[in-house]
Amino acid sequence: MRSVKTLLATAALAVGFAGAAAAEDPTKVGFIFVGPVGDGGWTYEHNQGRLAVEDHFGDAVETVFQESVPEGADAERAITQMALAGADLIFTTSFGYMDPTLAVAAKFPDVKFEHATGYKQSDNVSVYSARFYEGRAVQGTIAGHMTKSNIVGYIASFPIPEVIRGINAAYIHAKKVNPDVQFKIIWAYTWFDPAKEADAAKALIEQGADVILQHTDSTAPQAAAQEAGNVITFGQASDMADYGPMPRVSSIIDNWSPYYIARTQAVIDGTWSSVSTWDGIGAGMVGIGDISDAVPAEVKAEAEALRDALAAGEYHAFTGPLTKQDGSAWLADGEVADDGTLAGMNFYVQGIDGEIPQ
Amino acid sequence: MIRLEKRPSPSRFWATATPILAVIATMIAGGIMFALLGKDPLEAIRTIFWDPLFHETFGPYSRPQLLVKAGPLILIAIGLSLGFRAGIWNIGAEGQYIVGAICGAGVGLAFYPTDSVLLFPAMVLAGALGGWAWAMIPGLLKVKFGTNEILVSLMLVYVAESMLASASQGLLRNPEGMGFPGSRNFKEFPAGHNAEIFTNSGMHWGVVAAFIAVIFAYILLTRHMLGFQVRLTGEAPRAAKFAGVKPARLILFSLGVSGALAGMAGMFEVTGPAGQVSIDFNSGYGFTAIIVAFLGRLNPIGILLAGLLMALTYIGGELAQLMLGLPGAAIQMFQGMLLFFLLAMDVLSNYRVRWLRKEVTS
Repeated sequence: MRSVKTLLATAALAVGFAGAAAAEDPTKVGFIFVGPVGDGGWTYEHNQGRLAVEDHFGDAVETVFQESVPEGADAERAITQMALAGADLIFTTSFGYMDPTLAVAAKFPDVKFEHATGYKQSDNVSVYSARFYEGRAVQGTIAGHMTKSNIVGYIASFPIPEVIRGINAAYIHAKKVNPDVQFKIIWAYTWFDPAKEADAAKALIEQGADVILQHTDSTAPQAAAQEAGNVITFGQASDMADYGPMPRVSSIIDNWSPYYIARTQAVIDGTWSSVSTWDGIGAGMVGIGDISDAVPAEVKAEAEALRDALAAGEYHAFTGPLTKQDGSAWLADGEVADDGTLAGMNFYVQGIDGEIPQ
Repeated sequence: MIRLEKRPSPSRFWATATPILAVIATMIAGGIMFALLGKDPLEAIRTIFWDPLFHETFGPYSRPQLLVKAGPLILIAIGLSLGFRAGIWNIGAEGQYIVGAICGAGVGLAFYPTDSVLLFPAMVLAGALGGWAWAMIPGLLKVKFGTNEILVSLMLVYVAESMLASASQGLLRNPEGMGFPGSRNFKEFPAGHNAEIFTNSGMHWGVVAAFIAVIFAYILLTRHMLGFQVRLTGEAPRAAKFAGVKPARLILFSLGVSGALAGMAGMFEVTGPAGQVSIDFNSGYGFTAIIVAFLGRLNPIGILLAGLLMALTYIGGELAQLMLGLPGAAIQMFQGMLLFFLLAMDVLSNYRVRWLRKEVTS
């Protein structure tokens, strides 16, 4: 009985769908990318989301994109041209597109915009981001267990809350399993620059790091670690499985497909409204890549248990007692961080050496 | 064996014709590349060169954008061309552009939220001074210690980039920005905003400054003693020495002017089209302007045209990505071809190619 109903519903949906598609032009969905689609990391995953939208909707949706759009004055033009080209929904996939997105959105009230990782909304601009810090907690656990030199290297991109959150989450969980762990952080001031990222990785390895975490998007640090040998890494934004089982032992995977499909569907249905979305492992926006055999079974089991607890909402990656770097109290025992503090995080937790660049 | 022999006097006709030939050669080679990528080459070339100007949907928006994009390129390239003519190689315009932007925006933000009409001129001045001061570092080092201005000015770009990162996260950060890097947006600060002079014209003060710079450079080079000295030093350094040209003065002059113009360009850009000081605000105008200067034959009118052409390939390239799905790298290659063909044609117009048979010696 139930299957018949489903079948009927599907058939009705398909008919309705075909009718709509025949009557109107396909819905046009545009994407503005900060890097090349072949970066193997951040932009690659956003492009996978774009391809998933194409797969899911077939002829009902047409997608366009522009890659390597600089975050300065050029962004506004690129977004405007996309709106002029008839896009109904535009995803701008980097923090630096925030003000340009709002400026263009004001000129095109009928076009819907979605800005990734920003904090400014308007009637036709939604914001969305992922709780990558949940993945960092899992990474930190593995890193703390795996390091023999007790030095974990961290290639940071820009000192914005998003990156600082990641450093803190990784450090807290590495420290939990290994009280002697120490973090060395290099600020690369780039999201994607293979040469700079490789230099940073080499510098960290020379300083004794045998685990490299990265918040930059290329696979250059993986290659540098492979060359050095006995250094482990984690895929960033994308699985980077080509570098497994060593040096890449796991990864944080951004999975934008479900969100992009849902938002496109909302535009087609006319139900789109401006929202602020911040999803984590539970909603499937953040994935943990396969933990390779280079990691001992009990460490793997512990990391997976943490992942599942985060996904189920039983455990929060920032749970007290936690103290800020300057010694002031932050979270009491059992207290969890609120989203406002996390969104604007501009401090290290106690134990991390060095200062956040100002 | 191929040998290149310098032509005694390169033909004037070919000096003007080679840029046009280079554009045509680029279209042909680029068309082949686009065809290999599975796109219709004619459509691709039409999208790049024609659509930004005459497409019914995009034209009205992208025509003014040509000025927005070309303005800073022309302004910087004019300054660079003076030095290049005299054999003084300022490669670090990108750094001077950044420092000018920081100084200009810094002065503006320091007086936020004033509505004084004097603010904007003060910001322009600060931008020019910032760029000038940044260019004086390689200038003075060269004059006093004989350092190489190419290296020093280039390395200072990286210093300037770090200063930009620091300024946008610290000193100039928007106090209402929730801890995110980036300054206040000048679009919400009318006294400091480099707005369009006429709505939807693309004409902001930076474009006006670029046109003025073209005119001044033209007069300087054709009518003024200093311009004569610049040209003479480049063409015949020994003769220049006998004519009493003081090299130190010329070095400081040409580096100073190019620095000030690049600084102004940065200031106009950051307070206008870009809107805010941010970590990634600079997008390579200082380097692209070097190409523009050479594409324009180091001649002010040539630079004006070259800047517009370069802007056209940028905007047309974006449209080609958008409309035809061409990869971004293909557009960059297309722009690279333009420079390659220009330089290749240059070699051919300045040198004669001789085919020599290898002599057999017993």
